[in-house]
Amino acid sequence: MTLLAVENLHVEVDGKPILNGLSLAVPAGQVHAVMGPNGSGKSTFANVLAGRPDYTVTAGSVAMDGEQLLDLAPEERARKGLFLAFQYPVEIPGVSNMEFLKAATDAQAKAAGQQAPSAVEFIGRARQAAADLRLSADFLKRGVNEGFSGGEKKRNEILQLLLLRPRLAILDETDSGLDIDALKVVAAGINAFRAAHNAVVLVTHYQRLLDHVVPDRIHVLAGGGIVRSGDKSLAHALEAKGYGWLDS
Amino acid sequence: MPSSNPAIDALVNREYAAGFVTDIDAETLPPGLDESVVRAISAKNQEPEWLTAWRLDALDRWRAMQPPRWAHVAFPDIDFQAISYYSAPKGERPKSLDDVDPALLRTYEKLGVPLHERARLAGVEAPQADTEGLASRGPAAPVAVDAVFDSVSIATTFKDELAKAGVVFCSISEAVREHPDLVRKYLGSVVPKPDNFYAALNSAVFSDGSFVYVPKHTRCPMEVATQFRINAENTGQFERTLIIADEGAYVSYLEGCTAPMRDENQLHAAVVELVALEDAEIKYSTVQNWYPGDEHGRGGIYNFVTKRGACLGARSKISWTQVETGSAITWKYPSVVLRGADSVGEFHSVALTHNRQQADTGTKMIHIGPRTKSTIVSKGISAGHSQNSYRGLVRINRGAAGARNHTQCDSLLIGDHCGAHTFPYIESNRPGAVIEHEATTSKVSDEQLFLCQQRGLDAEKAVAMIVNGFCKDVFRTLPMEFAVEAAQLLEVSLEGAVG
Repeated sequence: MTLLAVENLHVEVDGKPILNGLSLAVPAGQVHAVMGPNGSGKSTFANVLAGRPDYTVTAGSVAMDGEQLLDLAPEERARKGLFLAFQYPVEIPGVSNMEFLKAATDAQAKAAGQQAPSAVEFIGRARQAAADLRLSADFLKRGVNEGFSGGEKKRNEILQLLLLRPRLAILDETDSGLDIDALKVVAAGINAFRAAHNAVVLVTHYQRLLDHVVPDRIHVLAGGGIVRSGDKSLAHALEAKGYGWLDS
Repeated sequence: MPSSNPAIDALVNREYAAGFVTDIDAETLPPGLDESVVRAISAKNQEPEWLTAWRLDALDRWRAMQPPRWAHVAFPDIDFQAISYYSAPKGERPKSLDDVDPALLRTYEKLGVPLHERARLAGVEAPQADTEGLASRGPAAPVAVDAVFDSVSIATTFKDELAKAGVVFCSISEAVREHPDLVRKYLGSVVPKPDNFYAALNSAVFSDGSFVYVPKHTRCPMEVATQFRINAENTGQFERTLIIADEGAYVSYLEGCTAPMRDENQLHAAVVELVALEDAEIKYSTVQNWYPGDEHGRGGIYNFVTKRGACLGARSKISWTQVETGSAITWKYPSVVLRGADSVGEFHSVALTHNRQQADTGTKMIHIGPRTKSTIVSKGISAGHSQNSYRGLVRINRGAAGARNHTQCDSLLIGDHCGAHTFPYIESNRPGAVIEHEATTSKVSDEQLFLCQQRGLDAEKAVAMIVNGFCKDVFRTLPMEFAVEAAQLLEVSLEGAVG
């Protein structure tokens, strides 16, 4: 069953076309990697799915579980189970990570007509997830991303992924700026998240994350559209030959 | 003007919940101010001759003074002869809670401050220990309340229980009768009559207010609070609060303020004096929610208030915490005069302005005694077309060897039409004093909002959360129950601010 269906997506930023007819289908239970050179529109693609303002969709459609997304506000998409792990997570000083996570969890539970978890239950869950990501106990008390190292910010995105349990996770360059140990921890988190009922879109420049999170499909984005798709061997070919190889 | 983000507009433009009017027969003096008005107020309070004379002296001084014009606020000149200086519910002053007019009881009930001797905010629970920022709640502790309605105190709860501990908590008019020596000794001792234009006016016409005396080596057994309510039209409220903590005493005092929604501006000119003797501590918390006016700047309270504490004794401590969300114009500088050696002054402030509100608020820390210490934490939040100024003075006198001050002054802007200003004044006459000043200005960024929205929060909730985080250092200093109220009030006050 197709979880994410992107068809002929055209996107402009400040009047400049960035995506020119991108199409992509991701079935439930799969991990797809979207790779491409700098400036190819990878981050635009990730952000436009989440509904970031300042991106203008001029044509095309995006559906999740058969439901059109593009007319929905960012929070409505989130409540339907769309999650974006940010490339540059922003700080929210004074708002503790725990407080933020609980508020997000509660908002999503409410939208789904479910009972929010009790504080005690949620704290237990959050502590376990933090421990799994080798984050220290005080991490949850700190302000959201406040004074976090680059690696901590990325792990914090994965922590949110594990607690919010979305249906579709879009990870925007989550591997950038991670040392090899942190990369393994993050990869383990993503692998723990993978399940038959959800899907992951990994947006990345490098192949190295794909050694740890093995994708079902790889798509190469260039010039605003998908120029090639293949299995995981495509990543190795790109790594060996560079993106220039696609032009030849 | 609407902002670009409808969610933010919706958030800042919620109704003012305390804006109702209580329909009650009132006895109101005709507008105008002269000697006969001062004498009439004094007579209504059955005051001794010395106090009448004191008031008349204040009136003389006031007549010779000009309103301050240095604040960063703009408003038309006030016609002081067009204001009524006294309004009170008709009939005998109630002797006990049982005598209070049910309409008045319902008013305070509606404001969330039931005037009975059960836990305050019955049914609502106060938060307890914080777990990584997640508030869990337990039963609320009782709070003694003095309810001031227009010009008079109508009821004071838990008086007997406080009296068992030797604590005096009553209206100031009662204190003048029952504890004349204390009142005479300290009234005007911290804020002298001619201190400023509005203090002089208050000294002439103050009608009621709260009085607290905590005896030596006594810890006041519960929080004490005053709820100020302006109800009558075209009437000013001029209350006077005097709190005395004797040697080694401790008291935590809370103050709340509300008023009906009206198109005219109303004047509130209070004076608050705090006196802390040796080793005493006074913690004074305000949640100021006077009617702020509408989105076009029509109506609202002019909140022109003089608040000052004197740390007279060695090792005494006074801390002010204020959460200012209401009033069309706020002009107030809760200050501490640090006279006793090793005394400590603190000022923690959250001032939120929205629509056309204007605030010029801050503090003065006057270091006189050796090794005196002061801390200032100011958080200003501006939204809509509002103007928000911090004005603070730190003065170190020659005798204040080893004095220290730390000031942290942060401004947060929401939208593009508001202003934030900082006016710090530092005067040091003592070489070696340590004075630190830090200031930041930031905006609620689109990135922060988008992060919150992407996690499923709507923009209103997101802004409220970001602003609450910004204020955390101040909310931490509020009593638990008040902190929850303050956070909720902030959320309401911000409605429609996103944009």
